[in-house]
Amino acid sequence: MKVLGISGSLRRDSHNRRLLLEAAQHLPPGVELELFDGLKAVEPYDEDDDGISVPSGAQALREAIDEADAVLISTPEYNSSVPGQLKNAIDWASRPRGSAVLANKPVAVMGASTGSFGGVWAQAELRKILGTAGARVVEAELAIPRAHERLAEQGRLVLDEAQAAALVDALLGAVSLRQVVAAA
Amino acid sequence: MTTTLTEQQLPTGRWTLDTVHSTVGYAVRHSGVSLFKGGLVGFDATLADGTLRGSADVASITVQDENLQGHLLSPDFFDAERFPRVSFESTSIRRDGDAITVEGELEIRGETRPVTLTGTVAGPVSAPAGEKLGLSLSTTIDRTAFGLTWNMELPGGGFILDDEVTLTADLELAKA
Repeated sequence: MKVLGISGSLRRDSHNRRLLLEAAQHLPPGVELELFDGLKAVEPYDEDDDGISVPSGAQALREAIDEADAVLISTPEYNSSVPGQLKNAIDWASRPRGSAVLANKPVAVMGASTGSFGGVWAQAELRKILGTAGARVVEAELAIPRAHERLAEQGRLVLDEAQAAALVDALLGAVSLRQVVAAA
Repeated sequence: MTTTLTEQQLPTGRWTLDTVHSTVGYAVRHSGVSLFKGGLVGFDATLADGTLRGSADVASITVQDENLQGHLLSPDFFDAERFPRVSFESTSIRRDGDAITVEGELEIRGETRPVTLTGTVAGPVSAPAGEKLGLSLSTTIDRTAFGLTWNMELPGGGFILDDEVTLTADLELAKA
């Protein structure tokens, strides 16, 4: 069972990228996590470019999501919402309607921020966007506030017990949705 | 003193659907102002041994926008991948002249709920292709009871989609 991890933050030392790396430490049995490193290369969505062939960055995103059984997105919060580049990627992955790679794909959402709320608004917006895009959105929530206070050696983002359990719940939620569909 | 005799029974035998001359539809209040209507074109129904059964292919829902079509089939709404059909089976049918009341179980999105359909019955009559029977039925459901809970707040208050949905079926049935 392959889960594709996407960080909505592009910077190298992003807390959300670190949260995904931490997710790799808490994988349920039989689940592997692959990080998508091409978000910055996804071109601005332009319907004129969306045809039989699409630009290489968008194509790489679509292929990565298509090959995954589920997706785990970790998002920061920019101006109370989802970062533009992440939204842009979802727009590419939501088309063409009906056969889009996001259609019926289980997706779990989490996020880290330096603020007191862990980006819950961005996560709520992201769930709404993913639902409209046709994804099978996992109900589980995981918000890591004050992420900068959780940094440990070698850049690890240390989670407390409840946060780690919520992370496992999110992953299990995504995997079980995949299994439910496979059995249907 | 006179007594008016009215038909109290549906005809016996097996009746199958004339798909060309039948429709099933939905109507739901949209944006708080309009009645948004549509239908499902891929459906079947039979009346046999006093039981009315029908089912429809969710993917055959007709809307004029492919984005809305995609959203309706997604997990936000019907989740057609997991629940490709909606279905109905009657548990009792009462006829009183032209009026008909059909009780039964409606399944949408994997949730089964009892519903009561009311409407009219016409026939049977002799038609060029054989005997025909008409049923015109409707019911109103709370879509949220079937797990269809998606909604969006309107800027001025209220929600874009009503919970209450009217379902209709106008069936022309042919004697098998």
